Amino acid sequence: MILVWLIGILLVAGVLAWAVAPVSTRAARWVSLIAAGTDFGLSVYLWIDNFRGLNYAGNTAWFAQVDWAWVPEFGIHFHLAMDGLSLLLVTLASFLGVVSVLASWREIRQAVGFFHLNLMWVLAGIIGVFLSIDLFLFYFAWELMLVPMYFLIAIWGHERRVYAAVKFFIFTQLSGLLMLIAILALYFFHHAATGVYTFEYEQLLGTPLGRAAEMGIMLGFFIAFAVKLPMVPLHPWLPDAHTEAPTAGSVILAGLLLKTGGYGLLRFVVPLFPGAAREFAPAAMVLGVIGIIYGALLAFGQTDLKRLVAYTSISHMGFVLIGVFAWNTLALQGAIVTMLAHGISTGALFVIAGALQERMHTRELAEMGGLWDVIPRMSGAGLFFALGSLGLPGLGDFVGEFLVLLGVWRVWPAIAATAAVGVLAATFYALKIVQDAFQGPNIRHWSLQDLTGREWAIMGSMIMALIWLGLYPQPVLSTFAPAMRMLQVLAGF
Amino acid sequence: MSILSPDFGLGLTAILPLLILGGAPVLEMIVVAVRRAHAPVFWITVLSLLAAFGSLWIAAGAAPREVTPLLEIDRYALFYTGLIVAAALAVTVLTYGYIEKHNVQREEIYMLYLIATLGAAVLVSSSHLISFFLGLEVLSIALYGLAAYLPASERSLEAGVKYLVLAAASAAFMLFGIALVYMDLGTMSFREMASAITSGLNPHPVLMVPGIALIITGIGFKLAVAPFHLWTPDVYEGAPAPVTAYIASVSKGAMFGLLLRYFYVSGAADYRPLMLVFEIIAIASMFAGNLLALMQNNVKRILAYSSIAHLGYILVAFEAGGVAGAGAVTFYLVAYFITTLGAFGVVTVLSTGERDADRLEDYRALFWRRPGLAAIFTAMLLSLAGIPVTAGFIGKFYVVAAGASATLWALIIILVVTSAIGLFYYLRVVFTMFEHLPEGAELPPRLPALAASGAVTLAILAALLVWVGIFPGPLLAVIRSAIAAIV
Repeated sequence: MILVWLIGILLVAGVLAWAVAPVSTRAARWVSLIAAGTDFGLSVYLWIDNFRGLNYAGNTAWFAQVDWAWVPEFGIHFHLAMDGLSLLLVTLASFLGVVSVLASWREIRQAVGFFHLNLMWVLAGIIGVFLSIDLFLFYFAWELMLVPMYFLIAIWGHERRVYAAVKFFIFTQLSGLLMLIAILALYFFHHAATGVYTFEYEQLLGTPLGRAAEMGIMLGFFIAFAVKLPMVPLHPWLPDAHTEAPTAGSVILAGLLLKTGGYGLLRFVVPLFPGAAREFAPAAMVLGVIGIIYGALLAFGQTDLKRLVAYTSISHMGFVLIGVFAWNTLALQGAIVTMLAHGISTGALFVIAGALQERMHTRELAEMGGLWDVIPRMSGAGLFFALGSLGLPGLGDFVGEFLVLLGVWRVWPAIAATAAVGVLAATFYALKIVQDAFQGPNIRHWSLQDLTGREWAIMGSMIMALIWLGLYPQPVLSTFAPAMRMLQVLAGF
Repeated sequence: MSILSPDFGLGLTAILPLLILGGAPVLEMIVVAVRRAHAPVFWITVLSLLAAFGSLWIAAGAAPREVTPLLEIDRYALFYTGLIVAAALAVTVLTYGYIEKHNVQREEIYMLYLIATLGAAVLVSSSHLISFFLGLEVLSIALYGLAAYLPASERSLEAGVKYLVLAAASAAFMLFGIALVYMDLGTMSFREMASAITSGLNPHPVLMVPGIALIITGIGFKLAVAPFHLWTPDVYEGAPAPVTAYIASVSKGAMFGLLLRYFYVSGAADYRPLMLVFEIIAIASMFAGNLLALMQNNVKRILAYSSIAHLGYILVAFEAGGVAGAGAVTFYLVAYFITTLGAFGVVTVLSTGERDADRLEDYRALFWRRPGLAAIFTAMLLSLAGIPVTAGFIGKFYVVAAGASATLWALIIILVVTSAIGLFYYLRVVFTMFEHLPEGAELPPRLPALAASGAVTLAILAALLVWVGIFPGPLLAVIRSAIAAIV
């Protein structure tokens, strides 16, 4: 039941925020903050409650479920379930939810109520994606994320917001419809084999499929997730969407929406279609490694701070892709940790970029420079997360990427070696951020306000989370260990 | 059959909805002859539509029943009649506020609605080519008058004349087709046609093929599917907004109801070459509708082209055949009715006495001025685009599912690609509504006051849209039992 609460609170809070905004915009912000905070509290409670001993018995990794018949005519269930993997991602989602409400506190002044409605609903959709294990419900939530995200970009975005929003919508909607075809194909093949119409994940596992059918259906899912991840060459929506979105939108895009792609690969693509996934793995890994290098190179070439950070996401998510398709314990651990750490560090970089834009009304690195003297605290935070992004040992990103490289090395050393070049390239773009924005002379004579208390709270909590992930990732690793073992058993490799 | 026989009484019970729909315009004509007043005629229309809707349950007691060889009153016919009557009711209520703003004789529009609704109800109940043609003509002739209802508007007159000429031509095609089929089979009853074909009593197949082709031309015209769609944008644009809503929903839905029954009962659905023709029509409609809509700046024209595309999607489900196909067609039609009525409803309530609110300009920044109305329009457009939480999403899902169950992969992929194209123009309208007005920009002319009737109708339609989008179960159950009568 608590799983329904996680989603329901956000849906209700969104409507409530919209309703109270005409009276008081402050109230709308507080309603959203409390809702996201409650969700965070609930996920932490679930975590502590279920992982006290971390001893797992039994043959299922789910520790909380809700299963209601929804459209029995089609065998559709409202079926939510949580295991360690979804727990971590839901925790991340609610944490970044709090961050995005706080980050918009001053930035969003127009249509505050409608903004928070969209913000809450996109979070509800994302949490729905992480929890649904009925494929119809999953698709429903998958699509539900889109519309509010579109509005967040199109209404509160920057200069080229319409172009970016439409591009984002078309890419994700088209790939989503491909996934719908794949889901339905699986549904009918399952019926042909067993005589049962069902969208249940656990029943669809191991559906006997012909080689060509399995590959086709797998690609339908894969493309949908690869667009979200994003994988080169399906990424063109990302730089525009990330750059034009308001801060909260960028945080959610980079921190959460991309993770739904990685989550989909882990939860659905490989376990449902192990044969096809194994066959396809080399291609996916090559594309992943291309993404790592490509993202890093393009990031280095950017002059717009948000666009730069957007390209680094392509690079980082390449690690997730090669990690998932290497599919051994080390690589999977690495992929999951990378997803979490990237959510925090990139989210934080977008918060900083947003805070800078709010103060300076520009995102151009060339306009910045010498900010360290003016706003030392924000510059320090910027340095911290830039170092996180380049993979400094001791911070979360390093753990993830290092584990991925270790795991991939066992499968295909050449890929691991090339990906390592990407880690090197990360140094260039991360230092570019630091040098261009914060160091050097203050030629424009900026005089700005440093981090406010609210921003300190955001930065401080994100810094702590990233350090924790970097120094002591064991609790996180053990949280998703049973879920991951389950996935490995299901995939059979 | 004697008048005193119980069969006669049961027959009358079964066609009670049709009798009410036929009697109401007569009553209104008498009322108008005594004293011309808008409100009483409006209320008679609303009450008789409600009565017709309520009498469906009474009629269901006598169903299934063949009333004369022409009409087959079964659950299927009653379901479609209910859908049509409900849509007519929504259009009637929307019309009240709209026609008040116009300086015309207001009463006859309601009579024309009732007559058109009678024609549509006959159409979905017909089991014979004669009643098919009768219903079609009753519907069409009322529509000519409706499309040209605003004599002061040149475009309305143009729409009426255009519709008259083209619909009359297509009716002539159809009549000729019916004659050819009759010449070959010697019967016009759907059931007997089926048995004649299966028992090999098909002496002149050379007449059958052109006959069916001509009938399809007539049907295709009414459905406005490519390549018979050329009249659609002009008539949609020129006709008064509530009439456009009526043409887009009732007239197409009734024709599809007939098509479904005709093809399932007469066995034509198993005839491969014929279905290939519909496959081509479906593909052409999906592409033509979505691509041409991209180039429009007029909201009514955008919706016109979008409806061409939607009929293409429905044809994909029709192609799939069987229980899944008929169910998907019917469900999609219900969703399409709600959405179309809602979308044109918004256009209707924003229209003024001078002109309809059909320019994209009229919707600029609507969200910041009328958030509720803009939200409803957005929901309708998203439903047309097939986004979750709306009826359109479940409809599209059902259509794709029906297509997948019949392994029509090519059609489904075309559906997916073209509906992605469709997103562009839906989003364009949505974005226009959410656009901020630049500082100091001149506000578009003042929006008309929102009539209570329009507001209530739109609120109900929006609630239905979301309700069906989240809990499709009850509607699915009703549809299942309705289509069991023909499959």
